[in-house]
Amino acid sequence: MNGYQFYWSIVWDSLPLLLAGAWVTVQITLLAFIIGTLIAMPMAVARQHGEGWAYRFSTCWVELSRNTPAVFQLYVFYFGLGAFHINISSYAAVLISVSFNNAGYMTEIFRGGLSAIPRQQLPAARSLGMTGAQSFIHVIFPQMFKVIFLAYVTQGIWGMLNTSLGMLVGLPELSGATQYAQSTSFRTFEFFLVTALIYYLIAKALQLSAQLAFRLVYRS
Amino acid sequence: MQFQFANQGLAWSDAYFLAQGLVNTVRLAVTATIIGTLAGIVLGWVRTVSVTMRIATSPFIDILRSVPMIIQLILANSFLSILGLGASPFWFGTVALSAWMAAVTAEVVRAGLLSVPVQYRKSARSLGMNGFQELVHISMPLAFRTALTPWIGLVLSLIKDSALAGVVGYVEYMRATQILITRTHETWLLLIGAGLFYFIICYPVSRYSRRLERKIVV
Repeated sequence: MNGYQFYWSIVWDSLPLLLAGAWVTVQITLLAFIIGTLIAMPMAVARQHGEGWAYRFSTCWVELSRNTPAVFQLYVFYFGLGAFHINISSYAAVLISVSFNNAGYMTEIFRGGLSAIPRQQLPAARSLGMTGAQSFIHVIFPQMFKVIFLAYVTQGIWGMLNTSLGMLVGLPELSGATQYAQSTSFRTFEFFLVTALIYYLIAKALQLSAQLAFRLVYRS
Repeated sequence: MQFQFANQGLAWSDAYFLAQGLVNTVRLAVTATIIGTLAGIVLGWVRTVSVTMRIATSPFIDILRSVPMIIQLILANSFLSILGLGASPFWFGTVALSAWMAAVTAEVVRAGLLSVPVQYRKSARSLGMNGFQELVHISMPLAFRTALTPWIGLVLSLIKDSALAGVVGYVEYMRATQILITRTHETWLLLIGAGLFYFIICYPVSRYSRRLERKIVV
């Protein structure tokens, strides 16, 4: 070990800083999850049933978000917009880029779920007098979420992992806060090991609460 | 006297710098893919052998999948330095990305091996093959069919994640782009270049893998 001495007390002292960072991480994760879902639902319908510009727009979004690195997307929203003198905060940049990424991946997940639902269901709902939006909200989407639940939650956790990119644009979420806290002592390994543990716990907590929510909603 | 920065705009020598970054990205992605896949195949096979092995190996996979790649890279960097191993950022990147690739490939391989009907394996054994022969001639070719498309998806993720290796000081394409942006402020030109670079690699492959998937299902 080259005589390396571990100092854990230093990490313990900055734990409040790290936990404040963890709270920002959880915030952005949940917000990006909700925003991503809201954008992905109409886009998935457009990809599955639509044509014309709606189909093309959502296809472009999906391919761009899935085929470029998340860090590239963050740079586009932070440095790219900055070049047009649209200066957004690093919080907004991370939130927008993770939501963008989530929406693209979720669209494909939702589309997979939509194609698993029998094709007669939509005309059946329409023939009962529901409008298009009503039939999707009351008939199609509830069934779709049941099919895609696992992939959907996994994507939410991926979104959480992506928020760690905030470190690169100076956002004090969990990684950024750790980076800042370790810069006074350069106890990099100790600090980031604790951070890794916190990320692991957040991921498990998200997974558990999602499973609980699933049980509550689909109790029957 | 006015102070002037030397060499501020983009110059042709920067194209060479970007090309170096491109080569570095490819080098890192290829190395990590090869090491990670080979380790992942072994790990995935080990995980099908017994329940004990599955439980013993699952923390490794679980942890690598729940911790961001940036953190893994920084930890690989500082841990290897503490051990006194390795000095090059390429090495840090390779270790972190290969470990992640091994963990996720193992799950794909395991799913592939489990998808082989148990009757096939039993008939192979009753034809007089030993366990190893059955694995190589029966299970692996069949598992390959189911595992191929998810594996391609993992390689694409790995290529995109390799863009983070800049954090530990490895100048791959994304990092090279960022350095040039900082110096020249040609933000959009360079960003579009980086976006195109990853898109041109990933888009055809993902299209092809989707076609392949449809073909295998039918």
